[in-house]
Amino acid sequence: MGRLSVNLCGVGLDNPVIPASGTFGYGYEFAEYYDINCLGTFSFKGTTLHPRFGNPTPRIAECTAGMINAVGLQNPGVDKVIAEELPKLAQCFHKPVMANVSGFSVEEYAETCAKLDKEPQVGWLEVNVSCPNVHGGGMSFGVDPDAAASVVRAVKAVTTKPVIVKLSPNVTDIVSIAKACEAAGADGLSLINTLLGMRIDLKTRRPVIANTMGGFSGPAVFPVAVRMVYQVAHAVRIPVVGMGGVSTAEDVLELMLAGAAAVEVGTANLIDPFASKNIVDALPAVMDRYGIERLSDIIKGVK
Amino acid sequence: MKQVILTVTDNRPLTKDVFLMRLTGDMSAVTAPGQFVNLKLDGLFLRRPISVCDVQDDTLTLIYKVVGKGTAQMAALRPGETLNVLTGLGNGYDADIPANDVVLLGGGVGVPPLYLLCKTLLGQGKHVHVILGFNTKDELFFENEFRMLGADVTVTTVDGSYGVRGFVTDALPDRYDYFYSCGPEPMLRAVYRATNTSGQFSFEERMGCGFGACMGCSCKTVTGYKRICKDGPVLKKEEILWDA
Repeated sequence: MGRLSVNLCGVGLDNPVIPASGTFGYGYEFAEYYDINCLGTFSFKGTTLHPRFGNPTPRIAECTAGMINAVGLQNPGVDKVIAEELPKLAQCFHKPVMANVSGFSVEEYAETCAKLDKEPQVGWLEVNVSCPNVHGGGMSFGVDPDAAASVVRAVKAVTTKPVIVKLSPNVTDIVSIAKACEAAGADGLSLINTLLGMRIDLKTRRPVIANTMGGFSGPAVFPVAVRMVYQVAHAVRIPVVGMGGVSTAEDVLELMLAGAAAVEVGTANLIDPFASKNIVDALPAVMDRYGIERLSDIIKGVK
Repeated sequence: MKQVILTVTDNRPLTKDVFLMRLTGDMSAVTAPGQFVNLKLDGLFLRRPISVCDVQDDTLTLIYKVVGKGTAQMAALRPGETLNVLTGLGNGYDADIPANDVVLLGGGVGVPPLYLLCKTLLGQGKHVHVILGFNTKDELFFENEFRMLGADVTVTTVDGSYGVRGFVTDALPDRYDYFYSCGPEPMLRAVYRATNTSGQFSFEERMGCGFGACMGCSCKTVTGYKRICKDGPVLKKEEILWDA
């Protein structure tokens, strides 16, 4: 085991760096630029039961130290992901991949996860509960402890793979959601998803994004991520994957000190396609600078 | 795609708000006319995608209009300054077509990517007729540059202050076997309606990454969903689905 290695829900990672869902496609696109086996793993594009085109454009707005996106879960649907995207990924990535799943009903989550459960390439299911519940008045599953728990129970019933619930920060009390997911059987939690944001064009006086609002991400949200990872990691016993604005090796250490067992890198990949690899490469020297022998020693090490 | 550091060697106005910038460095990733580059500018989060006007050896020519913070910052760059640039983005124009009489239609800052395309087509011995459309005479640029390549050039202005009064579609020749276009979407729609052969269109969309990862610039086509940045920006006439 190397000094960067960590364990995530019983599956070993060579290092804790995980490109986040929606910023890394299905992986093989980035394999054109570098050998993606240098990563701990990555979380593939949010996948739903049925194919989705997503929202109208513009889907992107620039912000200070970040961006808003309202892509709307564009993906080819789970059957095509299994039939076409995973075989392409197998050509260039030889580690277990994290399968990111979204749904608009409890049944949809379960059906999608049941299909992915049969795929040996999938090491973890990362269940995004930030989507609107079409049977619950459109309110996000992730803002209500009971709704989030119902998704977790349904997914756990159809899979033996570790289930990591990706939590929304757009809640009053993230700890209560986290505890509800843990009690429902979640094997891990990942946070934070994007913060709901909005921009308005001064010339047209219209929202910049066609969907009006979208998910705010990038370095600007990093302090929110540190705070929420700290709160959640100190309230649950299951591992927490930290994310939110991570762009440097130092950010990885900070989130791990706050309580993250592994760290996802999102928006940084969109500005610099080599960002995740550069963070992996930079980690040993940065660890030396802070007197860290093994990364796993610093998890939740904040004093 | 490559991530390279380029050095500004020239940056000057062509009109009141349109600038020409030349940069030198590794251009090996640029493989087709109509591709674009994505520039990282200090203090701005997202990169700025700009179409490639020309590439010769290790020199890149960009032409851009100052429309906001990013392009204003570009206009202030001085020779010797360096930029982190992703090069060779997008599919670019397919210049390998079975036609000999080709029309290029460019509107405003849609004109620049047609320059390298024009060079490429003329190099294949094709006859190239370039129609450059502007609102008014003061906005005109690159008429002589296209003429010096050896193309037939017609300029149109909406107000009639120079060349043919009207839009690029008002100057379409009677006979041609293929066309290429780049410009604002209303112009592209007009070109789509006015042309009677196959052709290619270069589209613009607000982008996140510029290299196919974020799905920020997707559009629907006859052949499925496409990313303007990676599967485009050039689409063939036959695959275009216009939004209602």
